[in-house]
Formats: sequence, C-alpha cells, structure tokens
Amino acid sequence: MVVLLKGTAMDKGWIEIHDAGMYVAPADAFVDPVKPVQTALITHGHADHARAGHKHVIATPETLAIMASRYGDNFAEKTTPLPYGHSLDLQTVKIRTAPAGHVLGSAQIILEHNATRIIAAGDYKRKADPTCEPFEVVPCDIFITEATFGLPVFRHPDPASEIQKLLDAQALFPDRSIVIGAYSLGKAQRIIALLREAGWDAPIYLHGAIQPLCRLYETHGVNLGDLQSATIGERGVPQDYLKGQFIIAPPSALSAKWAQRLPDPMVVFASGWMQVRQRAKQRGVELPLILSDHADWADLLMTIEQIAPKLVWVTHGREDALIHACAQMGIPAEALSLIGYDEET
Amino acid sequence: MQAFAELLEHLIFSPRRQVKLTYLSDWLKQTPDPDRGYGLAALTGELSFKSVKAGLVRELASQVVDPDLFALSYDFVGDLAETTALVWPERDRVNIGPLLLREVVEHLQLASRPAASELVKGWLYNLPEAQRWALLKLATGGMRVGVSARMARLALADAYNTPVEQIEEIWPIISVPYTELFAWLEGKAERPNAEGRAVFRPLMLAHPLEEPDLAKMDLVEYQIEWKWDGARVQFVSAEEGVKLFSRSGDDINASFPDMILPIKWQGVLDGELLAGTPGEIGSFQDLQQRLNRKKPSAKLQETHPVFLRVYDILFDGEDDLRRLSLRKRRKHLETILPQLDTDKIDISTVVAGTNLEELNQMRDACRMGGLIEGLMLKRQDGDYKSGRIKGEWFKWKRDPLTADVVIMYAQRGHGKRSSFYSDFTFGAWRITDNTPELVPVGKAYSGFTDVELKRLDKFVRENTIQKFGPVREVAKSLVIEVAFDSLSMSKRHKSGLAMRFPRFRAIRWDKAAKEADTVETLQRLIDS
Repeated sequence: MVVLLKGTAMDKGWIEIHDAGMYVAPADAFVDPVKPVQTALITHGHADHARAGHKHVIATPETLAIMASRYGDNFAEKTTPLPYGHSLDLQTVKIRTAPAGHVLGSAQIILEHNATRIIAAGDYKRKADPTCEPFEVVPCDIFITEATFGLPVFRHPDPASEIQKLLDAQALFPDRSIVIGAYSLGKAQRIIALLREAGWDAPIYLHGAIQPLCRLYETHGVNLGDLQSATIGERGVPQDYLKGQFIIAPPSALSAKWAQRLPDPMVVFASGWMQVRQRAKQRGVELPLILSDHADWADLLMTIEQIAPKLVWVTHGREDALIHACAQMGIPAEALSLIGYDEET
Repeated sequence: MQAFAELLEHLIFSPRRQVKLTYLSDWLKQTPDPDRGYGLAALTGELSFKSVKAGLVRELASQVVDPDLFALSYDFVGDLAETTALVWPERDRVNIGPLLLREVVEHLQLASRPAASELVKGWLYNLPEAQRWALLKLATGGMRVGVSARMARLALADAYNTPVEQIEEIWPIISVPYTELFAWLEGKAERPNAEGRAVFRPLMLAHPLEEPDLAKMDLVEYQIEWKWDGARVQFVSAEEGVKLFSRSGDDINASFPDMILPIKWQGVLDGELLAGTPGEIGSFQDLQQRLNRKKPSAKLQETHPVFLRVYDILFDGEDDLRRLSLRKRRKHLETILPQLDTDKIDISTVVAGTNLEELNQMRDACRMGGLIEGLMLKRQDGDYKSGRIKGEWFKWKRDPLTADVVIMYAQRGHGKRSSFYSDFTFGAWRITDNTPELVPVGKAYSGFTDVELKRLDKFVRENTIQKFGPVREVAKSLVIEVAFDSLSMSKRHKSGLAMRFPRFRAIRWDKAAKEADTVETLQRLIDS
C-alpha cells in the first residue's frame, strides 16, 4: 500500500482525499473515515471502516446495529438509517445505498452531484453468500473499487467445495477438534451458514467473541442453527465433548490459552490469502480454506466490465495490477492510496 | 498426479513430523511402482530433468499471461511454480485420464527442451490448479515440502515395518525408481546386497551441548576430543576401491583425488577432512579452496593439500563394529592404525581433562589459531548409532564472536518468507579523511523470531530510501548485534572482511547507528 503523506490533500474534483479518508466536499461528509469526523457515510461494519467517534453516522440499518453492538448504543450523537434503495440529500448531493455482498448490511454508497454519479463500493464480493444480499450492479461515471485480491493468482473456488474439505477432515479425524479461525463479523456467520447448507445439523461451538454478532445476524433473519459456547469447561484442560466438532474462533484466539481446552485441534483458516500456500504455511494453518468476502481477480474485472464506468479509482490492495488490467480494458484507472484499511486477515 | 498433489499439500501444511510421516507412508503403500519411486525421488531431491529448468517455466508463463501481471504476481507469491500454476488460464479440459508420474518422468527424461516445453504446456492446460502446481514442482525439482532423505526412509520403515537402519544400509546401492527396494520391502525379493562395495553408512551426529546438559553429565564417562574445523567425511575402502563421502552421503571422490589412497586395508572410517598436513594444519578457508572444486588441478592439490583426521571406525573388513562401545571401537582403531600407513591419515587425539574448569579453559583457548571449533564429548559406552541421538555425542563450540553493525540493505526471502524482507546486508564504520562511511561486512538471514521478523519487515518498508530491483536500501539507523563463528580476510568484499555464518543475536532498537562497531575493531577479531 502506498502511504499518503500527512498534510497533503489530493483533489479529485468534488471528491478529496484527506488524512481522515475520502471526503465528499459538496456534502461535507466522509466515506469510511479513519478519524472522528462530523458526518460519516459508512459502507459496512468491519472495524477499520466503521470506527467510533463520529458525530453523525449514515449507514444501512444493519450496519448501524453492528456498530451499536460493538461500540454501545450511543456510539454517535445522531444516526440516520439508509436502507438499500432509499436515498437522502446532503446539501447538493443525493446519497443512495445498494448491496455490496460483503457482509450483512454492507453497502455501496452511490453519490450523485452535478449530473455525475460516483459509487464508493467499499469492500465487496460477487460469490453467493447465504448471509447477505448479493452485490447489485449500478451503472456510474466513476467506480471506486477495492483491490484486496487484485492479482490474477487469486481465483476463489466454489465455497461449497471448500466447505466440503471441512466435512472430509471431520470424517477422517473424528477424535480431533476442528477449530476454524474466522473474522467475527461476516466470515464466521458465512461458514456456519455454508456448513448448514452442506447438511451439518449438529451444534457448532463458538468462541465468546463470535457470539454477539451471530445473535445479531439471527435477529436480522439469518438462521444459523444450533450454536453453543465453546468456552465452558476449565482452561488448559481439553474438553472431550469437542472431539469431532467444529469450533469457530477469531484468528487471535488460535494461539491464545483459550485454544488449550480443545482436544488435538486441527487449525483451519478461512481466507482468500490461503490461496498462496506458503502464506498459509507461515500462519501455521493445517487446513487452509480459500474462502473470501472480497472479490477475486476475475470478479473484480467482471464487475468493472458490467458497470462500465468512465473512470476507476482504486482504494486499497494490490492496485498496480488492477490499474494495468483496467488500462487493457480501455478504462482509465488511478490509485487513491487510502491508508488505514486493513486487509482481510 | 492427483494423489501426489494431495500428498504435497498435506506435507506442506502438516506442522508435525509424525503426521507428515503418516501421510507419506500411506501414500507409499497406496501408490504402484514405479510412481512411488519417482515421487519419493522427487521429494528427496534426487530427480532432475535437464530439459526443464526455471527458465522454461518462465517462458511458458509469458506465453499465456500478460508479462506485467505475471511479474506482479510472482513478486507477491515468491515461488515460480506456484505463481505459474495459479495464473494459468482455465479453459475446457480434454479428458486425458489421470496423469501418471511415470508418464511425466519418462517423457521428460527423453525430451529435448522444445519437446519438454510442449509437453508441460499440454499437461498444464488439462490439469486443475493443485496438480499444475505439483507437476511444475516435480518437473523443476526443489519441492521444499519439508521432507528430508532421512524422513523418506523413516516413512518406508513405517510403511513396511522394517528397521530404518536396514533401509539406510542399502540406500547407496539402489537407484530411482527403487523397484528392487520395494520388492524387498514387500517380501517379493531378497535384500539388495552391499557386500564388497564401497557404500556409505549413515553417520552418527552430535547435539550442541547446553549448559543444563553439563550439570547432569559425569565427565569421566565421556571421551573428549577437539572439534576440528574441517569437513566431516566417511572414508570407505572396499574391494571395488576407495571412496570418500560427504556427511550427507555424496560421493566426493572427484573433488579429492589426492585422498583416494592405494591402501590394502578395507573398512569404513569416520573423520574430519582438514586442510594442510598432519604436521601443519591449514584453516577452514584453505579447505574451502578445495571443497567446491569438482576437478582440482594438480597445482591446487599441491598448494592446498588435504588430509584425514580419523576419530572412529565402523567396519574393519566385513566386520561391523558399530554395535561395540566407543571405548572398544577406539581401541580397535588404534590397533589398525599401522595398516593406514600414509601421511594422508592420522588419528584425532583424545584430550585428557576431567573437570569442568579445565574443559572450559580448553574450549576458550580454541579461539587461538581458529583451527579448532571447540570440544567433542562422546559417551564411551555408547555404540555407533545413525542420526542425531540425544545424550550420546555432544559438540561444545566456543562462544561465537559478536559485533554491533548497521542494517544497510534488505531483500525479500523465498518460500515461506517470500512476503517478508528477511535477508539483511549490514555494515560497519570506516573512517577515511575524517568522514565516517558504512561499508558492508556481511549478510544475515536467521537468528530472529517470527515476531521480530515482522517488525524488521515493517522497519524496512517504512525506512526505504532506494529500491534496486528486489533489494531495498534502508536508512542507516538500525543496529543489530550479529554473532559469527569466525572472521577472515577477503579480497572479495569492500571491507576486506569475510564473516563465517553471521546470524542475528539481538536487534538493538535502542542503539544509535553511530555507536556501531568500526571495521578496524572487527579486524582485530580476525583469526591469526
């Protein structure tokens, strides 16, 4: 990622790049600001995009609920829910949201001003996900895209075939516990839903950090089946009832003392990065699942082709390759070089 | 190829040796000849094809993928075979049936370069990603899946309930794809016979001695020798002639024709190959002049002679002495010594020393002259076992030298470290005309933890001042303490110094660059 030097503001017409992030000047609002601001438009609930401390937050109702669950009910002085398809005016800018397919409530923010439509897509994916609305293609003049997996090496396989690996491992090692490292918002719920789709009806065990967001998903109509806490029983003592079971935990818990209660754990990690074998090995993963909530290379290109914008801006990730590929498609593209956004872990 | 690709993935991802062994022995049992033999050879690095090298893979990739995108991808993944497998275009596959290792190996062995290129390309188009990757790994060699030759033999022992020693014995006389080995292991044929042949026997290796070990040891039970700074070799004299093997079992006769001695005695000796003559030992640097030279000239043999300092005996004629205690073997070695009447062989003396203090002093004194690395402590009542056995042989090296130096350049690693800056060039100060200047004195890429590596990587990314291809020049601000075994003069380096095995000892985030050592200080550490 290119570092934007402090104090420099890059002017992109009515979009400016400030220290705090992308600034929509005629609306006096920021998209996913990384510092506290007056008015924030939030694409989705991941902590690097939805930070605490803004005065006024505009987002989908689901994203607002996620932020409230994370930061407390009074996380902002004012919140404005903007459901998919609805719009509101901020000064001279018309603002609308459309599903981004990334996690529950994730939205593309559609900005219209002076007869120009700019879409800040946030993080998005195109592969099917039973836990959120699919990405909606909206034509626009300028499409602002991420490029987390912006290299041709990233070709995310069919999620069902990846989930089958879990079931195969469970059948092969019935005496081991299978602990899946997954981000607590989005990835965890998607894995549970995919396991259910694949026919796994037994209880799935959760690390404490995963539970609140699973409950939140369920209140928003995503059925996750029988979920139980994996945090019962004494620390450091392997719990026999977890043999042959799936346990979902945030990645950081896998190396913590918490994991010692798991009997002979097989460490699974679900991420788009798992495609690169040496990376998977480096993380000490025994069973890598290539499962991502971001668009892979082919889907990035397909999305840009379908939207057919006049211009592409790339926010974060491997922007060089994506810009090169856009040029080959005859669409000019530039890097916005935003800082402060984590990549999928 | 599918089963082999799955095996490779399991081997890469299994953190535990025992799990790797299980996968490997399962695969050996389930795979028919000659595929299992070819696969085994590929895993242990004994298979290579003249017609397929990295260049060919690069060329194929450039034919099917945009070169800029490929370069960016390779830079990210850090492994040519994997990058190529991942970016290879997916199109409708022709059903060619399962691709057998035999097919791949036997075709590639005979193929010219252009023919190999066409073959590999055809296969790549008709295989899914994991198999593309396995194919490219197999074809270009260099598996890097954490399987040593020793582990392969352990897996064989596991799979066929046979003592691993018996397999190791005959290893040097069998060849790829090891059909006679499998026939014997499955009880379908006699054990291949090593009699009369100059065959390598697995070496007994030493553990580094740790302070806690010392407290538990009764020194009277140990034979103490100097640890000579040379190359471990096995000297085998048999009916078919004399052979010299490196510690890994490679035949190194070609490099040392002067050691192929016309002696009548037959048997197997274990010892150290040293530079110079028994009367006047040379340094390791002298030995290096010979070590990697495939065909040394007569002149080099004369100016840089070598000799063998023997410390153990494994066979006398056909008599296997390995089950005897070291005490008995040593006696035997001394009695046959007159039969090795040559000025190219002598015996490593046993050091008399019974208390810790004396030993400590001796170990420290090893610095003088630099020809001795420390002490060896070997259990006298132990027999000769293959491999690194705990509690039997110890090496007690002198403490390494250290220096504070400044990181100047960093380069990304390969394989598992491909996304990290992990190879560091460091320098010391030299003052010319009152102006201090940093000059490179060495390169280190080990000795730090994973957490430190992450921090170092971050330091490099945040302090880059110039990029030269894969190399980054960094701000000269970070001091590291390096440890190294010895220092010698070298004309190849700007500083005139060459470090042996430098590695990180500590990262001195607290220390200012100007406080690092000077070249002058380092020169005082040079082995006399």
